[in-house]
Amino acid sequence: MSAANYTTTEMMTVAASRLLKNGAVCFVGIGLPSTAANLARLTHAPDIVLIYESGPIGAKPEVLPLSIGDGDLAERADTVVSTPEIFRYWLQGGRVDVGFLGAAQIDKFANINTTVIGDYQKPSTRLPGAGGAPEIASCAKEVVLVLKQSPRAFVKKLDFLTSVGYLDGGDARKRLGLPGNGPSAVVTDLCLMRPNEATKELTVAQLHPGITREQVQKATGWEIKFAANVPETAAPAENELRVLRDLLHRTAVAHGQTPAA
Amino acid sequence: MAEIISLREAIGSLLRDGDTVAMEGFTHLIPFAAGQEAIRQGRKDLTLIRMTPDVIYDQLIGAGCAKKLIFSWGGNPGVGSLHRLRDAVEKDWPKPLEIQEHGHGDLSNAYVAGAANLPFAVLRAYAGSELPQHNKNIRFVECPFTGERLAAVPAIRPDVTVIHAQKADRKGNVLLWGILGVQKEAVLAAKRAIVTVEEIVDNLNAPPNACVLPSWTLAAVCHVPGGARPSYAHGYYDRDNRFYQAWDDISRDREVFLNWIKKHILDTEDFSAFQRVLNESTKEQLV
Repeated sequence: MSAANYTTTEMMTVAASRLLKNGAVCFVGIGLPSTAANLARLTHAPDIVLIYESGPIGAKPEVLPLSIGDGDLAERADTVVSTPEIFRYWLQGGRVDVGFLGAAQIDKFANINTTVIGDYQKPSTRLPGAGGAPEIASCAKEVVLVLKQSPRAFVKKLDFLTSVGYLDGGDARKRLGLPGNGPSAVVTDLCLMRPNEATKELTVAQLHPGITREQVQKATGWEIKFAANVPETAAPAENELRVLRDLLHRTAVAHGQTPAA
Repeated sequence: MAEIISLREAIGSLLRDGDTVAMEGFTHLIPFAAGQEAIRQGRKDLTLIRMTPDVIYDQLIGAGCAKKLIFSWGGNPGVGSLHRLRDAVEKDWPKPLEIQEHGHGDLSNAYVAGAANLPFAVLRAYAGSELPQHNKNIRFVECPFTGERLAAVPAIRPDVTVIHAQKADRKGNVLLWGILGVQKEAVLAAKRAIVTVEEIVDNLNAPPNACVLPSWTLAAVCHVPGGARPSYAHGYYDRDNRFYQAWDDISRDREVFLNWIKKHILDTEDFSAFQRVLNESTKEQLV
């Protein structure tokens, strides 16, 4: 595994991008989800429709946006609508196939926290907050989550439940009557997890190349379950890596940052 | 009809201590010049509303202008934390800041309800979320037709809304384009609206479905070229990403922040003087 010619972050981004089907309508959060969604658009899914909460529909950014409302998103979109319209007609209207989100904390039923670490009234860390995530988690037909795996992020109990996954598991989400089906996958730098069909508990479905079960357990704050059969994720193809690195490079140049070597 | 006046006059006559104010612009067209003029004039006890507080409210909060913040995402986009917002929430500095937090969907719906003169907005969200336990302004109602349980939030009706736009004509009709966020709704929901613009022209030449705010919906239009910097104005200038990154260092330390505010805002007479001083500071740092 030391011979791998890619980083674990690249593996995570590539694995996430592969989950997006060509033609899917994808509501994209900023950061890793946006990177993975654009990688999908530039590789296997040229007809994917990217929606950003600031208003662009069918965005085709030349470089990754630094903020959720960069001008490049509007310039090259099919159309740009107001933010209320994005949430009312397009997301709540049921037109989004995949909501693509990150999180600060996640629990075993894929509920997420982006609000506070510590007590709400006197937080030890005040996080940015909900953004569009509660509505995306409610209304997108499915949700894909991307975040790095560590015991601080994959916790037994969330400090705050911002956006709902499967609540207490089983049919708890169904009973809430939300239109969306909930998270279908969680992609990390170590593995890919899917909710168990009955219990809805996150279960390791794929291990990235060279990653052991022990590593995954060590990076998880609860006793993680593994599927009966856990195949290895296909390593990033040459094409995927080249497109990803080109994208990140021209993004860094465009935003006046020093490109990674 | 909008009066075409200076930004100093507009903030001086239309924004009062204790007001509820929305300075909107979703990453694009953020009315920075107007926010800084409020700091310069020492406004106090403001209730600030904004979907994404951004650096504009970090400055107002750190400068002690705010008593309450209503928001849905409070970060420095592409960079990280808003340190002044965090210091106020975590350590009560420079004073305690009451917060009322929402999600983008519900806050944007609340502006729509305000513009539509309805008491509340209704949406499908928050089942299972803990936000309603901490925000009594997110509640649930039953649909009278189907019985479905839906989230409800009260309409937003700011005393003052401030936005930045690309163009106005000489009568004060305003045209904006690109990413529009909730600006139109925020203006129509407000008692008084102030718009700063890049330029004032004879004719807007707006196509039929363009986003035009008629002069009679506005209180004041102010000619402030560059007034959205360091955010951007589509067709005029790009986002100053370097400033957003530099803000991380400026805002991290109370002393550094206070010196920056004093030198660039309190000790400058208006936004063009601010830009001059900021350019000098930027050059010094590059040397």
